[in-house]
Amino acid sequence: MVQGPALRRPLTLWRRLDTASRWAFPGFMLVLGLVVIGMPFDLPNQAALRPVYAMACVYFWSLYRPASLPTPLVALCGVLLDLLGLSPLGLWAVILLLLQLATIAARRRLAPSRFIVTWGAFTGFAIIAAGLAWAAQSLLELRLLPAAPVLWEGLFAAGLYPLLARLLIRAHRTAAAVELA
Amino acid sequence: MVSLYLRGPNLSGFGDALPVIRLSVPFRQALSRLSFPLMLAASLGTVLIGRADPNVSDRVRAGIDDLLAPLYHAVSGPIQAAEHGTGAIGHLFALSQENAQLREQNAELLQWQEVAMALQAQNNALKASLNYVPSPTPQFSTGEVAADLGGVYARSVLVLVPPANGDTQSLVGAVAMDGRGVAGRVVEAGERSARVLLITDINSRIPVALGASGAPALMAGNNGPDPSLLYWAPGQPPAEGAMVLTSAQGGAFPPGLPVGVVHYDAQNNPVVLPLASLDALRLLRLFSYPDNLPELTPIPHTKPASKPEPKPAAKAHSRKR
Repeated sequence: MVQGPALRRPLTLWRRLDTASRWAFPGFMLVLGLVVIGMPFDLPNQAALRPVYAMACVYFWSLYRPASLPTPLVALCGVLLDLLGLSPLGLWAVILLLLQLATIAARRRLAPSRFIVTWGAFTGFAIIAAGLAWAAQSLLELRLLPAAPVLWEGLFAAGLYPLLARLLIRAHRTAAAVELA
Repeated sequence: MVSLYLRGPNLSGFGDALPVIRLSVPFRQALSRLSFPLMLAASLGTVLIGRADPNVSDRVRAGIDDLLAPLYHAVSGPIQAAEHGTGAIGHLFALSQENAQLREQNAELLQWQEVAMALQAQNNALKASLNYVPSPTPQFSTGEVAADLGGVYARSVLVLVPPANGDTQSLVGAVAMDGRGVAGRVVEAGERSARVLLITDINSRIPVALGASGAPALMAGNNGPDPSLLYWAPGQPPAEGAMVLTSAQGGAFPPGLPVGVVHYDAQNNPVVLPLASLDALRLLRLFSYPDNLPELTPIPHTKPASKPEPKPAAKAHSRKR
């Protein structure tokens, strides 16, 4: 897997480019996914999918490759999510950062544990974050918003994470693996 | 290498992953410790800025919409064509059936046309004898709906509009109608795209007139498919099946545009069944009405501090004619 001599190879331009592209892969896929989910596929509750996708990416990469998704990038993605998803500006930036903090804090326990544990933990985190978003937006708009989307986001989180994790684990071993550059 | 990756959180993004940037070890550690609180503070600051000046987020959002609208439009074309029943491919399977249906409808409509022409002549004669002053004709532009995703707690669609040539704000406040009724109102406009807040959005409040008597009420969106009716006159509950038209109260809408039909839901609350097919919008006409309507409801971009929430009961006395 990891070739020892690779570390001592000279830093050519191509190798630097390779490293940079691997390093940028998670962030790029996160932003691209946010845009792609916005396309009109006429799925029911499609709008609830976008925050779930962002949360899944932030959770996964914070768990297994934190250096690839630095905090400034998470904050920017949160702002992009707010702009695309019509929520108050900065709301999801705060929530995604808190999710990242929680994931990093639980990392030593979660990273070596079995998949079902990380899946359950993500579902829990996602429901808490969606509830937080609902409460914060209700507070900012001074009205009680319908709570059904929180349920949808929880369902999407539980249903989508195994699929998404399968893709992301692949990426983690290949396209995003900085140590293989 | 594995030990390096397990070494603990490196949140700064300036760590070992990017060999291009070389920083001293203590500086790097300080950066990685500081970056989270700094970013959290910046995000909370963004929330405050967004609260203090909604124009900032509106403008950035309009810019992003302008970038994405052509992309969304390019994607939505093939998807709509492939849709069962409404799309081009769905139509192929029911051509002869549809043809017969259309023939029948055409014959029926021709009868209605004669009725309409007779009524028009009668109407003209009545208007002439009353010295009726016609209401000003609005300018309109037609736009294709590029995306109808909205947000988790918002119902809106993105419409592709002809280039604004710098005057992007002229469309803000325009009334959006599909073939049958009012669909919403433009809340943001960019160079190529406009965002229409649908009448079902939880922030939508539209003064309406009910039935032939034109009894005032307020139609309030609730993020569900059918907006609810509020503040109707006591003792005069809205009648099932009564026509709901826009009312000029508050000055946001011109009077008499068709909105929907009154219906009582399972909880016996009056709701409005919208005439516009809000979940399958394809084309929208955006009517910019002239500004000679009474300016009681501020358009968001001119007066950001106050919200357009007209209450007919409170505003009735200050109505200008």
